[in-house]
Amino acid sequence: MSTFDLAEAVLLGILIVTAVAITRARSLFVAAMLGGLFSLVTASLFVLLDAVDVALTEAAVGAGISTVLFITALALTNSREATTPRRRVIPAGLVAVLATAGLVYASFDLPGVGDPDSPVQTHPITDTYLRESQEDLHVPNTVTGVLASYRGYDTLGEVVVIFTAGIGVLLLMLGPRRPADEVKDRAYLQTEYRVLRVVSKTLMPFILLFALYVLLHGEYSPGGGFQAGVIFGAGFILYTLMFGLAAVQRVLPMRTLVVLVAVGVLIYAGVGVATMALGGGFLDYNEFNPGNPSGGQVAGILLIEVGVGVTVAAVMVAMFYSLVRRGVRR
Amino acid sequence: MIATHYTYWIIFALMMIGLYAVMSHGNLVKKLIGLNIFQVAVFMFFISLGRVDGGSPPIITEGIEVYSHPLPHVLILTAIVVGVATTSVGVAIAIRIYEAYGTVEEDNALARDAAEEGTQ
Repeated sequence: MSTFDLAEAVLLGILIVTAVAITRARSLFVAAMLGGLFSLVTASLFVLLDAVDVALTEAAVGAGISTVLFITALALTNSREATTPRRRVIPAGLVAVLATAGLVYASFDLPGVGDPDSPVQTHPITDTYLRESQEDLHVPNTVTGVLASYRGYDTLGEVVVIFTAGIGVLLLMLGPRRPADEVKDRAYLQTEYRVLRVVSKTLMPFILLFALYVLLHGEYSPGGGFQAGVIFGAGFILYTLMFGLAAVQRVLPMRTLVVLVAVGVLIYAGVGVATMALGGGFLDYNEFNPGNPSGGQVAGILLIEVGVGVTVAAVMVAMFYSLVRRGVRR
Repeated sequence: MIATHYTYWIIFALMMIGLYAVMSHGNLVKKLIGLNIFQVAVFMFFISLGRVDGGSPPIITEGIEVYSHPLPHVLILTAIVVGVATTSVGVAIAIRIYEAYGTVEEDNALARDAAEEGTQ
């Protein structure tokens, strides 16, 4: 058994145990924290499976943002779960067992993990993305190249989905509420622990600097707009948890955030319109520098990554703000 | 067979643990956490399809010939961010349901709806 197999088996084992513990935990706080652990272990597994860009995103989103999101939800609802009635357990368990059996049976037709002759590896597009991209784009990180250039339309669609989800949360959370039972202006989620306050304050500039590095160096090392956006968002969420909404809103007010949510999408789509104005197709970055197409590609990719980063970061922070504000005003 | 496919099987088991949590639990927040497990397992499945033995992360470096496939990585890293955005829409809806019904337990909310229909 190689080191890879051993490490993979251990991580998958931890995941199974964590997942079972999550479904069994009656305290939702425990379930949310275990969910953070689940995501962190998954991120390690992604590194092992060569997906470093994905690992970066999963670590920031799964272990950071979504854990905080669930805990905020618990603060606004109930943190204990009612016991699951038996009439629900048996049919659900039966469906899960049967579906697992079906999937395992179907997996016999799949090529083995890491098989060099699998259709994924022998398809001509693999060669385009890994070899020809170096001629077309001169972007060593092929994940960034494929994301921003070859599949630029697709990524624009994803950014619009994030934009729409962000608007949805704002509409749901900032709307009118029922008359409040009691108005409590308590310092929401703030902590009295000095160590945490000092550490988070010291870390803040480094988190933001790292986010910028991940954004601007994403063509050469793991990184890009999505990763930078979630790291940036996680930094601001950490700061809000420690120092409260009022402190962070002096730097980044809600009004600015709402504008930024749209600005990112507009930058992305604007790059597409600009390339059309220059005589090319939508998102055809070659037009930025007709004499040196790969130079135009590098510029275009960087621009749209900035757009992605702005929208993702703004949506993450705006969603968190709106949830916390609902708590403060209740 | 076992040596090459056990990764898939464990991932399928994780998916179904997530699905089980969605189906069996009545608590809306717990359902969302279960949905998250399901979603992450699907991500792992995609990534494991792109891996190649002896490969490196798909960042082109001199002297390295074998790389894992970048396309699953692209699809999944965007899907993770889209996933957290849509999850928070779910969380927001759960909070609104709590404000309207005073509970996030599906059964209690349905019982209240039924009771209100009965009185009208």
